Amino acid sequence: MLGRPELGAVVGAIAVFVVFSVVADSFLRASSLSTVLYASSTLGIMAVPVALLMIGGEFDLSTGVMVTSSSLVSSMFSYQMTANVWVGVGVSLLVTLGIGLFNGYMLVRTKLPSFIITLGTFLMLTGLNLGLTKLISGTVSTKTISDMEGFASAKALFASELTIGSADIQVTVVWWLALVALATWLLLRTKAGNWIFAVGGGEHTARAVGVPVARTKIGLYLGVALGAWISGQHLLFNYDVVQSGEGVGNELIYIAAAVIGGCLLTGGYGSAVGAAVGAFIFGMTSKGIVYAQWEPDWFKFFLGAMLLVAVLLNAWIRKRAEASR
Amino acid sequence: MSVGLASVGLAGCSSTGGKRAEEERNAAVSGDAAVGTPRWKIAMVSHSGEGDTFWDIVQSGAKQAAAKDNIEFHYSHDKEAGRQAQLVKAAVDNDVDGLIVSLAKPDAMKGAIKKAVKAGIPVVTVNSGQDKSEEYGALAHIGQDEVLAGEAVGRELNERGRKKAVCLLHEQGNVGHEERCRGVRKTFDGKVRNLHADGTNMPAVESSLEAELQSDREIDTVVTLGAPFAPTAVKAAEGAGSKAETVTFDLNDQAARELKDGSIGFAVDQQPYLQGYEAVDLLWLERYNANMLGGGEPVLTGPQILTKKDASTLQKYTKRGTR
Repeated sequence: MLGRPELGAVVGAIAVFVVFSVVADSFLRASSLSTVLYASSTLGIMAVPVALLMIGGEFDLSTGVMVTSSSLVSSMFSYQMTANVWVGVGVSLLVTLGIGLFNGYMLVRTKLPSFIITLGTFLMLTGLNLGLTKLISGTVSTKTISDMEGFASAKALFASELTIGSADIQVTVVWWLALVALATWLLLRTKAGNWIFAVGGGEHTARAVGVPVARTKIGLYLGVALGAWISGQHLLFNYDVVQSGEGVGNELIYIAAAVIGGCLLTGGYGSAVGAAVGAFIFGMTSKGIVYAQWEPDWFKFFLGAMLLVAVLLNAWIRKRAEASR
Repeated sequence: MSVGLASVGLAGCSSTGGKRAEEERNAAVSGDAAVGTPRWKIAMVSHSGEGDTFWDIVQSGAKQAAAKDNIEFHYSHDKEAGRQAQLVKAAVDNDVDGLIVSLAKPDAMKGAIKKAVKAGIPVVTVNSGQDKSEEYGALAHIGQDEVLAGEAVGRELNERGRKKAVCLLHEQGNVGHEERCRGVRKTFDGKVRNLHADGTNMPAVESSLEAELQSDREIDTVVTLGAPFAPTAVKAAEGAGSKAETVTFDLNDQAARELKDGSIGFAVDQQPYLQGYEAVDLLWLERYNANMLGGGEPVLTGPQILTKKDASTLQKYTKRGTR
């Protein structure tokens, strides 16, 4: 138990939780906690596949804009074809997986660092998001699709609220937890999970013992794309209209959540639960500052400081845990 | 059976909304030159970030005026002042006949503007930089005084009997945004609190605002500084179970729709279309007839307060992206 990668993050999360419970009166209300969970889940849906990718030893800088691309494709396809929105949702899944496949395939074929490949994808997608949206819609945001067929049922799946007791839980929380469970099972109970750890620990060794390195890495990028698709559909059905310039910068937050959760930047170590806890710390911190009514000009400073403290605590506990073994 | 097959065949299509509905609704705006003057070249360099709805509308105004005035129009933008200044220099090197520039960060733009003026290129500033426009040698400034606009919001809130507002800033460090909130604070008799949120991340905006409304039940108004954030603010208030009403700066299609159905209280429009249109037209008038709109004083395009009764007229124009 002490050797688990997420242990430090869990202690960090408890610390952050206690701090805000003390300084912010409204933090502990059910409605507040559901807001915090919502904020955490929109990060967490991406942080989990990003963590898997990092355990596999690779990065993806295109994740933030990929989410936006995914929702843009969905919205614009439905609108331009006057199609049932589910058709757009399906097309978007194919396109988003295509982007993931592109990242993975380019990586294993060119042997360039994933930093470079996905930086290229990030820039290209940023341009495509703006250029294509303007070309197709005539403006930089999409048209409303809320009056189209299929919208209500798609909204129910991607952006509805479930009332549990006095709290309204966003459906993204369910998606998030399901992804954590799926990723944890994959990592700890399947052969593919062993491959991911092996590939991240040392590519050449892994190949020598018969791990299909290329297939594993491409699979990890497809997983990230799947997460981007879910997040993208949530954005679309929650806000109806998508701004094409959104998403830039979020990729770093996903990576930060995975790192806080105990994933090593060098690969081969980490967990899906840790990434989820990392996203939760991020969600608590960013909203806790608001609940505490701290001076908003200092917002980013507080956020950064809290994150650093969480990561340091995480590292310290891991060291203690390893020493005591 | 045949009914079943027919419905399967149609299953991929939506009988409501979409492009087909838009086409049925719209007649295209034509763009022929109305004048016989030579084809002059005008460049606009803004401080817009990428994919900004607001500047898109400014651009469509400028393009419409350019089509009418037989002008070759070039647009470029960069949100970083240093690079924006480089773009101005590039336009000067390109021998344009007129230059339209926004001065969000005036000091960094000073050198480039002065160079343009020295080269004999008439310069008009738009949107921001009213204080520095004349000093740098620009012919005129077209835009909205942000503090005045904020003051208009404050007064409107007083009339509506509001007590406590939160001002949602979606870009940290944007001077114009600070000015808007300062303006609100100046005239509003109630309390105003600023809230910062990351504008490129909509769920983060929503949850931050929800948190704010949950932590302070007395807030009865949310002021958003950009139209795309108004519908999100409405959602946040619903989510927080708060009665706070959303009012917004600027306008877009979604905001116009919510203005109409009453979920947004009012919108303060600075009429971006007019900023682009008048800037091009003013340069044309100056060159053709030595006219100067406003006699060289700043020409204000706002604040225009829009309420429910204006919404249905406006929707037609927000849909095509000109309001």
